[in-house]
Amino acid sequence: MTAAPRRATTSAMIASLAAEGQRTAPAPFGHALSRLAETDDRIVGMTADLGKYTDLHVFAERFPDRFYQMGMAEQLLMGAAAGMAREGFMPFATTYAVFASRRAYDFICMAIAEEHLPVRIVCALPGLTTGYGPSHQATEDLAIFRGMPGMTIIDPCDAHDIAGAVPAIAAHPGPVYMRLLRGNVPLVLDEYDYRFELGRAAMLRDGADVLVISSGIMTMRALEAAKLLEADRIGAAVLHSPTIKPLDTETILAAAARPGRLVVVAENHSEIGGLGEAVAALLLRHGHGPRFRQIALPDRFLDAGALPTLHDRYGISTTEVARRIREWL
Amino acid sequence: MPPALANAPTLPERARRIRLHALRMGEVQGQGYIAQALGIADVLAVAYFHAMSFRAEDPAWEGRDRFLLSIGHYAIALYAALAEAGIVPVSELDTYGSDDSRLPMSGMAAYTPGMEITGGSLGQGLTVAVGMCLGLKRKASRSLVYTLLSDGELNEGATWEAAMSAAHWSLDNLVALVDVNQMQADGRSSSVLGFEPLAEKWRAFGWHAQRVDGNDIPSLVAAFDAARNATVAGPRVIICDTRMARGVPFLEAREKSHFLRVEPHEWADAIRLVEGAAP
Ligand SMILES: Cc1ncc(C[n+]2csc(CCOP(=O)(O)OP(=O)(O)O)c2C)c(N)n1
Ligand SMILES: [Mg+2]
Repeated sequence: MTAAPRRATTSAMIASLAAEGQRTAPAPFGHALSRLAETDDRIVGMTADLGKYTDLHVFAERFPDRFYQMGMAEQLLMGAAAGMAREGFMPFATTYAVFASRRAYDFICMAIAEEHLPVRIVCALPGLTTGYGPSHQATEDLAIFRGMPGMTIIDPCDAHDIAGAVPAIAAHPGPVYMRLLRGNVPLVLDEYDYRFELGRAAMLRDGADVLVISSGIMTMRALEAAKLLEADRIGAAVLHSPTIKPLDTETILAAAARPGRLVVVAENHSEIGGLGEAVAALLLRHGHGPRFRQIALPDRFLDAGALPTLHDRYGISTTEVARRIREWL
Repeated sequence: MPPALANAPTLPERARRIRLHALRMGEVQGQGYIAQALGIADVLAVAYFHAMSFRAEDPAWEGRDRFLLSIGHYAIALYAALAEAGIVPVSELDTYGSDDSRLPMSGMAAYTPGMEITGGSLGQGLTVAVGMCLGLKRKASRSLVYTLLSDGELNEGATWEAAMSAAHWSLDNLVALVDVNQMQADGRSSSVLGFEPLAEKWRAFGWHAQRVDGNDIPSLVAAFDAARNATVAGPRVIICDTRMARGVPFLEAREKSHFLRVEPHEWADAIRLVEGAAP
């Protein structure tokens, strides 16, 4: 049998989000955590059989005696992280976003959040970042965690953002849920005058016609789409809001108050309960009524398939983002 | 059980063809959980071609034995068995993992005939099996529910909730198959979370438990027969110790990991080896 021709195939667990030729940094979370742990010996790493797949193996190799392999038992992982925190340690607990948000929710809610314990829950495969199907596509994790009182929620864009977020969330009192990009992670935001600040949104570029408010990988998409739109003489501002909760209400309200701009929220998440609805509610509560549109995943169980196919299909690829903004203007 | 035709392939031949189907899918995708598929092929051959009742032309036939694939990532193995069983056309296998295929990389019920549940979020299969067994008993059905779980799934609390429940309800229509391949995502199962002594654990939970070499077909046949014919009340488990990548020596010899890498040219080599092993 001769080798079959290459075709678009399901990106399995090992897939990278980086486009061909894009700059990347390896395992930014694992390296940032290891750096931080040099100076803070409260930090421990815990995982549910996904150390290698959340870049926590970097930490485990550097600090084997501070690494706890809890087995594929996400409820136990969260309960045990709470127990560690009760005894004065600062656990970074990793798994996939689906398993933290769906399976371990009650354990996070009661054992961690209700007691306001400093557990940092760091989860790979956020939103639609795997073509593996609904079992691994965390399309509603932000909605789930936004409903949890006292939970701080971070959706970083790239390796630069992750490297900045790790020390920031460590310094933050109380529980944190952070979405993680792992492996060779795109490097984009280091070219902007930007560094991660917890609770702050940052204007990455200005533009007169449309304001895109985005988080996570959608900020990367928005920046690329803005370049495409520029060629059509459409000015797109991009406001990166990596802290989903608490929202940077001041910056968002100020940006949305500028008259004449379409406001678009772009998120790698279901249209229900994520950044889009958070921003919409914020604007309404403050009496702002700009034209508002949402780029988000549909309220359905998504297909399995190759990521580029799926990003096009569900409207979160760069070309789709640009196309839809053009259509709305 | 399918009608015993005089010229029906033997179980080792079935297992060999399951391996071949799986390798061809792996070649098309250039990836796949092939080491798991090769390891579990003998168990699937005995399940489908010795133990289970099904109708290839009517996969939803009410009288069928159910086969639940809790471990969605083993779908490549089950597709191979379903193809060998005539439930999925062999010609469709080369769509495996492609966009809009009926054979996605992780097994999902709505996509594939013969795929009873959507697996992949590990540790759920045995809980669903408990409900199916309860439902079958309500319907006075004599169908059995076979559920394939992995050694990694022994880590999940829900597995043991279901184990206790199955014994509580005396589910003698439930046969759990545990693939002990000594592998999980982060490495050797025993280093991730120890679970021995395993047969004793299931027995303590009230199960009829056997432990066999999962790559030895005569032992598997005996174990499936014993599980089906045991007169004890309650659920049955067959713990199958398997070797990853079994049947392709150069892959079997390779250092193992959860996701075994196979170089592009090696698929054809592996296929040739398994083809050459034809009786
Ligand atoms: C609930 C849940 N947690 C984590 C995962 C991620 N995951 C996929 S396969 C796997 C390893 C599980 O062990 P096993 O099934 O024995 O792996 P294998 O033998 O295939 O290496 C893990 C942790 C998952 N799919 N479901
Ligand atoms: Mg295993």
